[in-house]
Amino acid sequence: MRRFRAVAGAAVAAALLATTTACGGGSPTGGDADASPRTLTYWASNQGPNLEADRKVLEPELRKFEERTGITVELEVVPWPDLLNRIMAATTSGQGPDVLNIGNTWSSSLQATGALLPWDEGNLARIGGRERFVEAAFASTGTAGRAPAAVPLYSMAYALYYNKKMFADAGVTRPPATWDELVATGKRLSGNGRWALGAEGSNLSNNIHQVFVLGKQHGADFFDAQGRPDFTSDGAVAAVKQYVDLMATHRIVAPGNAEYAQNQSLSDFAKGRTAMVLWQAAATTFASQGMDDNEWGVAPAPVRSGAPGRGRNVNSMVSGVNLAVFENTDNLDGALEFVEFMTSDEEQRILCGRYGSVPPVKAAQDGPAFDRPELRVLRDTLATSAAPLPQVPSESQFETVVGTAVKNLFAAAASGDAVTTESVRAELDKAQRQMPRQ
Amino acid sequence: MTPVKTTTTPHAPTAVPAARTRAPGTARGPRRRPGLLRRTALPYVLLLPALALEVLVHLLPIVMGVLMSFKELTQFHLRDWGAAPWRGLGNFTAVLDPGAPAGEALLRSFLTTCLFTVASVGLCWLLGTAAAVFLQEAFRGRALLRALFLVPYALPVYAAVITWAFMFQRDDGLVNHVLHDQLGLTGSPPFWLLGDNSFWALLVVSVWKGWPFAFLVVMAGLQNVPRELYEAGALDGAGTWRQIRAITLPSLRPVNQVLVLVLFLWTFNDFNTPFVLFGKAAPEAADLVSVHIHQSSFATWNFGAGAAMSVLLLCFLLLVTGVYLFLTSRGRKAADA
Repeated sequence: MRRFRAVAGAAVAAALLATTTACGGGSPTGGDADASPRTLTYWASNQGPNLEADRKVLEPELRKFEERTGITVELEVVPWPDLLNRIMAATTSGQGPDVLNIGNTWSSSLQATGALLPWDEGNLARIGGRERFVEAAFASTGTAGRAPAAVPLYSMAYALYYNKKMFADAGVTRPPATWDELVATGKRLSGNGRWALGAEGSNLSNNIHQVFVLGKQHGADFFDAQGRPDFTSDGAVAAVKQYVDLMATHRIVAPGNAEYAQNQSLSDFAKGRTAMVLWQAAATTFASQGMDDNEWGVAPAPVRSGAPGRGRNVNSMVSGVNLAVFENTDNLDGALEFVEFMTSDEEQRILCGRYGSVPPVKAAQDGPAFDRPELRVLRDTLATSAAPLPQVPSESQFETVVGTAVKNLFAAAASGDAVTTESVRAELDKAQRQMPRQ
Repeated sequence: MTPVKTTTTPHAPTAVPAARTRAPGTARGPRRRPGLLRRTALPYVLLLPALALEVLVHLLPIVMGVLMSFKELTQFHLRDWGAAPWRGLGNFTAVLDPGAPAGEALLRSFLTTCLFTVASVGLCWLLGTAAAVFLQEAFRGRALLRALFLVPYALPVYAAVITWAFMFQRDDGLVNHVLHDQLGLTGSPPFWLLGDNSFWALLVVSVWKGWPFAFLVVMAGLQNVPRELYEAGALDGAGTWRQIRAITLPSLRPVNQVLVLVLFLWTFNDFNTPFVLFGKAAPEAADLVSVHIHQSSFATWNFGAGAAMSVLLLCFLLLVTGVYLFLTSRGRKAADA
C-alpha cells in the first residue's frame, strides 16, 4: 500500500508539474486556399481606447464589405499584450485567422516564420501596387530584398506633445527643438510636484522606440550590415545613456515613471502633472482622459541639430500597424479582396480618421480629418524624418532584451544608483548575450 | 503512470471467466472472488476516462516538450517544428553551464525560486495552521471569520493580482500611502515592483493568495481529531500549547504531508502571480523559474532552450517530490510502528 501511495503521489505530482512544460505543437495543416470562399476570420489589433471601441469602428465597415462581396468577416479584436503570442500559437498549429493586423516592427520576425503570405508583385498588383503607399511605411514591411510580409494599414510617428498652460506659466514661449533646449526647458518646468517630461520606463517597446531614434542621432543602428546585434557600440551606449539621463542626471523625468508600462505617463500629462510627452498619435487618448484639444500643442520631436531630416536628424521611428494574410488561409481570394478593401482610399480615410492615425496610402491623406496641426506634424515626420526599426528576423528579441536593459537602467536611476557609461554598456552587453546565435 | 496500469491489468473484467474456470470445485471461491474482483476493478474502470484525458492533456504535451528540448527551435522552424534541426544535448549544456549567460541566469532564477518557495510555503502553512487551530473553538462570528479568510482563495487570480499591482505602485499605491505618507516609516517612497523590494512584494501576494488553502485543508483535517484526546490531555494537565504540540500536530501529520507537497509544487511553478505583477520582464529579485522559462521561450523565441529548462524543472520537481514522499512515508511508518 505504501508503494501504491508513493506511485499515486508521483502521478499527482506529474500532473501538477505538467503545467509548466512547454506547450505542444503540430505541423501545418496546409489548408485548402479555396475551401471556404464565403467567410473570413480577421484579427484586428486594439487601436481605440478599448476593444469595444474598435468593434464599433470596424463592424460597419465589415458590413459594407459583406454587402459588396457577399463575404462575411468574423472579427476578433486582440489586445496588444496577447497578439504576438496568439500569432505564434497560430503559426505553430497552422490554425489561425485569414487576415490579421501585426505591429509593423514585427514584420521581419514573422516573415522568418513563413506563416504570412509573401506580397509578391502579383499580389501587390491586386491592391494597386506599392507606389500607392508612403515610402517610409512600406519600408517597415519585412527584410529588404524579400517580398513584404504585410502591407501598411495605419501609420503613426512620434512627436512632442506639450501642455500649453504649463508652458505659459513657466514663461516658455516655444517648444524645444534640440535636446539641449529640452533639458533647459525641462528644468524650468520641473518642481513643486510637477515634472517636465513623462516616460514609460517599464514599457519595453516604448523604450526601444526612444533609444532607437537616439541611436540614429548618434550614428548607431543596434544591428550591423549582416543583421548581427551590435548593442554595445559607442553610439548605442550614448543613446541609451542620453535617454536614461533625462531621469538620472537632468531630473526632468519623475522617478516614479520607471515603473510605468500602461500609459500612465499619458494620464499624468492629461492631469497636468507632466508638461511634455514624446508619443505617437496621442490625441484620442488625451480626449478620452478628459483633456481638451486646445490645452495641448504638438511639435516635432527634438533632434541635436534642431532640424529634423534624414540620417542623424531622424526624430521618429516608423510606427504603425500592418495588414497580413495568413499563409494557411482557406480563402485566399477573399483575403486579398479584403486587404484591397481595407487599403482602399475610401476606407483608409474612414479608419485612420476614426483612429487618429496617418493613412499610409498617399491618396487618402488629403481629407479634412488629416488637416489638423497634430496630424500635419505626424505626416511630415513620417514622410521626411522617420526611420523603420531594424528589419531583421531577430527584431522581436531585440525589443525584449534591449527594452529590458533600459527598464533596468531606469530602475537603477529611480533608486538613486549612478548610471554611468560603464553601467549602460554592461546592461547592453548582457542584453546582447541573450540574443539568439547567428 | 505505468505501474498503475500494470496494477489494473490482472483485475480487468476479462480475467473474471478465467478465474471461474480455474477454481470450479471450491464452494466459496467462485462466489467471493468475482465480487472481490469487481470491487477492486471498479475504481480503476472509473479512473479510465480521467486517465485517458490525463494522457491527452498532460502526458502528450510533456512528451512534446521533451522532444523540443533536443531541437534548435527558433522562429525559423516554428511553422513546422518537426523539421527543426536536432541539437542533441546542446540546449541542456547551454542552460546548465553557469559560466554562460543563459546558465548563469537560470541558476540565479532557480535559487531565487527556491528561497521564495521555502518562505512562501512556510508562511502559508504557519498562517493557515494558526488560523485553523484558532477557529476550532466555537465563538460568536466564527463562521463569518472562516468565510472571510477564504476570500483570497475564492477571488480570480488575475483580478486579485492586478489589484495588488495597483496597491504596490510607488506614487499612487495604497502600500506607500500607508507606509510612507501616513506612518512615515520610509525616507522616500520605495519601489515595490522594481529592484530588490519586488521579492517581498511577490512574497506578500503569494502568501496572501496561498494561505487560505492551507487554512481550509488544516481545518478539514482538524475535524478528524477526536475531542477525547484533548479532554484526556486536559485531565493530564496539558496546556493549550502542549495540546497543540502533542495532539494537534501529530494528528495532522498525514494532512500536512500532502498539504506541504501541494503548496510547494504550486508555489514553485507559480506563473500567474509574477507575470501579472511584473509583466514579461520581471526584476532579477523576483525572476521565478516559470517566468524565466516563459521569457526564454516566448520573448526571445528560443523554444528549444525554453523546453530544455522546462524539462530540467520537471526532473528537479520529480526528484524533490520522490525524496519527500520517501522520507515522509518512512517517517510515518516509523511513527506508526
